[in-house]
Amino acid sequence: MQPFSGLALLKRGFTGQRGWTPQWRSPQPKPGYDALIIGGGGHGLGTAYYLASEHRLGSVAVLEKGWIGGGNTGRNTTIIRSNYLFAESAALYDHALKLWEGLSQALNYNLMFSQRGVMLLAHSVHDVQVSKRHVHANRAAGVDNEWLTPEEAQAFCPPLNLQGLRYPVLGAALQRHGGTARHDAVAWGYARAADALGVDIVENCEVTGILRDTGGAVAGVETTRGPIRARRVGVAAAGHTSVIMKMAGIELPLESYPLQALVSEPVKPVFPCVVMSNTIHAYISQSDKGELVIGAGTDAYTSYTQRGALHIPSHALEAICELFPIFRRMRMLRNWGGIVDLTPDRSPIIARTPVPGLYVNCGWGTGGFKATPGSAHVFAWTIARDEPHPINVPFTLERFREGLLIDEAAAAAVAH
Amino acid sequence: MLLIECPYCGERPEPEFTYGGQAHLARPRDPAATSDEEWTAFLYRRANTRGVHAERWRHVHGCGRFFNALRDTTSDQFLATYRIGEPPPGAPR
Repeated sequence: MQPFSGLALLKRGFTGQRGWTPQWRSPQPKPGYDALIIGGGGHGLGTAYYLASEHRLGSVAVLEKGWIGGGNTGRNTTIIRSNYLFAESAALYDHALKLWEGLSQALNYNLMFSQRGVMLLAHSVHDVQVSKRHVHANRAAGVDNEWLTPEEAQAFCPPLNLQGLRYPVLGAALQRHGGTARHDAVAWGYARAADALGVDIVENCEVTGILRDTGGAVAGVETTRGPIRARRVGVAAAGHTSVIMKMAGIELPLESYPLQALVSEPVKPVFPCVVMSNTIHAYISQSDKGELVIGAGTDAYTSYTQRGALHIPSHALEAICELFPIFRRMRMLRNWGGIVDLTPDRSPIIARTPVPGLYVNCGWGTGGFKATPGSAHVFAWTIARDEPHPINVPFTLERFREGLLIDEAAAAAVAH
Repeated sequence: MLLIECPYCGERPEPEFTYGGQAHLARPRDPAATSDEEWTAFLYRRANTRGVHAERWRHVHGCGRFFNALRDTTSDQFLATYRIGEPPPGAPR
């Protein structure tokens, strides 16, 4: 691996920045590996990286149906925060946030991680009560979150309008350590670092079956590029997890919905933070390229189409224009959908499955990007040791039978 | 935006409807005799089909009635809509 540094950039500057080599190989899949990861998004690539770096697994491959980072990793609004209500979730997301803080250095890859602050607006008495409860619960759990008055919120985010709103801003919960990161760079950074440790990243390789031995345990996978043997298979396939797990005869508590986002034309720096509103449902930040990145809600129905209906982003734009009238004449450049896998309690499943050797990391719903390093880290642990990391102990498949839900759906009152 | 044919009112735009999830899930008849495993399947597990999916819709801003539909989740195209209690079109009777 060619290390990236200021000096390396300067040296290559003398030769017109030529001579850089590809950041990862494009290997043919081998007949067998110690572990396979299905899904080449941030979660899958990160898992492979931690399997190789922390757990020293001999041979690992990531199988990706399309190109790496082309699914939800490249389709989200890049928001990172950890101020979830319940202790189990806050621990998981805060584990991720701590890893984000050192990740660019660990991967020697600029993830453009920016802790610019994530501000969640409250528009009603109920919102204020719920937000303050979140703030207090987070502070008790040692997670950064604070309450702002409307004036303090506007001082933190000057474009915010407080006048004449149909849903007035009554305050905001601010997580100063929250922020954004470059989503593509997360996939590429993990891919490059994993590849340097010997992980094979196999693109254009769709899994078509799960192979089992006579005892029922996982023996490998069938793919469009031939069968590949492995005793451990981790599934990190986001919206398509149900499809993969059905190949092993497992029906999951998941439904896949389109979630839409859109970006505006690029403009000069105008928006200093991330603002979210659950009540009127919109969120917004500005990318380093200058585009406003705007997230909408999920569509009404399950789908695998990676697109949705126009009235969903229109609704989000109406909310944005009301909160930030300065954006009323902005033009939107692109709109797309990603397929998100929602669990009934809107908390993820990171666990062993009834099939020995088969592990699943799914159910991240509308908010998986922020968890990428934490999710990958504890999933790698789970695969390597065949037991959960202390942080993902509660995030089992069995919690739905046992009634031990981690009900962030009720806590946030929306998909999040 | 989808154009959905309500079996009672005809074709109407999607915002007139609410989605009701997977169709043909029967609530266990004898709750006390139903195992935890069966309750889990009824309450939480879903087919989440990639392909033709039988699902409930409700024409909430119209006749107000529930009905079922077959929709291809890889294209969002409706293949049929039919009344509650009727078998899905094409299903063996």
